Amino acid sequence: MDGAAVFAFRIDRRSGVASYLQIVQQVQQALRLGLLEPGDRLPTAREVVEATALNPNTVLKAYRELESQGLVETRRRHGTFVVGTLGAAPADSPWHAELADVAGRARAAGLEREDLAALFGSVLDGLYPRIPPNTPEGSR
Amino acid sequence: MTSPASSPDAALTARGLARRHRRRGRDVLQDATFELPAGVICALVGPNGSGKSTLLDLAAGVQRPTAGAVEVFGQPARTAHPRVAYLAQERPLFRGFTVAETLRFAARANPGNWDADMAERVADASRFDHGERIRDLSGGQRTRVALAVALGKRADLLLLDEPMADLDVLARQELMGLLLAHVAETGTTVVMSSHIISELADACDHLLVLHEGRVRLCGGIEELTDAHAVVTLPGGADQLAGHVVVESRAAGRGTTALIRPTGVLPATWQVQQPSLEELVHAHLGPTTAPALTHLAANRPQDTAA
Repeated sequence: MDGAAVFAFRIDRRSGVASYLQIVQQVQQALRLGLLEPGDRLPTAREVVEATALNPNTVLKAYRELESQGLVETRRRHGTFVVGTLGAAPADSPWHAELADVAGRARAAGLEREDLAALFGSVLDGLYPRIPPNTPEGSR
Repeated sequence: MTSPASSPDAALTARGLARRHRRRGRDVLQDATFELPAGVICALVGPNGSGKSTLLDLAAGVQRPTAGAVEVFGQPARTAHPRVAYLAQERPLFRGFTVAETLRFAARANPGNWDADMAERVADASRFDHGERIRDLSGGQRTRVALAVALGKRADLLLLDEPMADLDVLARQELMGLLLAHVAETGTTVVMSSHIISELADACDHLLVLHEGRVRLCGGIEELTDAHAVVTLPGGADQLAGHVVVESRAAGRGTTALIRPTGVLPATWQVQQPSLEELVHAHLGPTTAPALTHLAANRPQDTAA
């Protein structure tokens, strides 16, 4: 165990989102926000198990999922490292300006924040398939 | 001698296991037949008085079966088994010993088989004075010391009776984390009991449900939830014929039921996978569904690191 783990997972047991998926999503989120970058080390599965009190298989499943998405890589005896990146849309991208423009016009037309959020959510749902949180992927 | 019925990689096997305390009393445990593969972390759940502690006592060799047999790694259960550590519900410790003496005594009782580091981490010296005597400790502190004694022993099977009872929320999380990390490294098989399933749901991969002394469910949690479905359908419960109905109730003009599907379900039914809580609670009610203790896909395939 060299060096402290740089990333601490928080598991919300009441969220209704499967614990392994929470781990996956927290890594994805950190990648999007630039809190994790290629080369960064994730805590070992054992460290995550100790910190979260989750079943070891749950943690391994999350790490395998992250590996299969090409986001992390486990090197024997060295640990698990970030290798991928997510999010081609930093705050200064042209997409930000376009979205801000649309949102500004929607507000001028009288839409509330929640109206716009719901609309945007439904547009996203139409474009991107969603992973249902409570369905274990068909690994049988 | 290993009996032919128990598979070589079983950590704990029970066959027709029964226990009655008084001659004319009722069986506290009756006709329990199940098998726990090595390496699983099993939640032993059931209401108060369902036989959980008796089952653990039998597995630890502290009580003897009235009928049937219980085997640990293919051999009859017995006390002071070098491969078994047991945290009993009453936390048996010498009340006159100090904490330090208790740990030293446990180390000497397990020569060459004692993980002093682990025991120290669980007992956690910073929390209380190790010169204190067991009898002066709070319930939670005593549990901590008893857990330290159990985890200090390098066992292949850990039997833990309500390990987290009388611990506060922070201590639960900390000790459960320590326990699971230890298990992740060693591959130790764990059976831990609780009457609160949600307390164990995230920690365990296996489930053994007892109700009124009988085994209702035993298997991998994923396999068990996969084998059941919560269905909502228009019309009455008669449409469920053909499936094993664990529990059903009227839902307005329709019916909601927890079933073990025996074939393809009609497209007009709304089908969901049950949560672990739903699954357990349905099996603790007055159900006519037979116990489910062995599934076709019986091995936990997920243990490789």
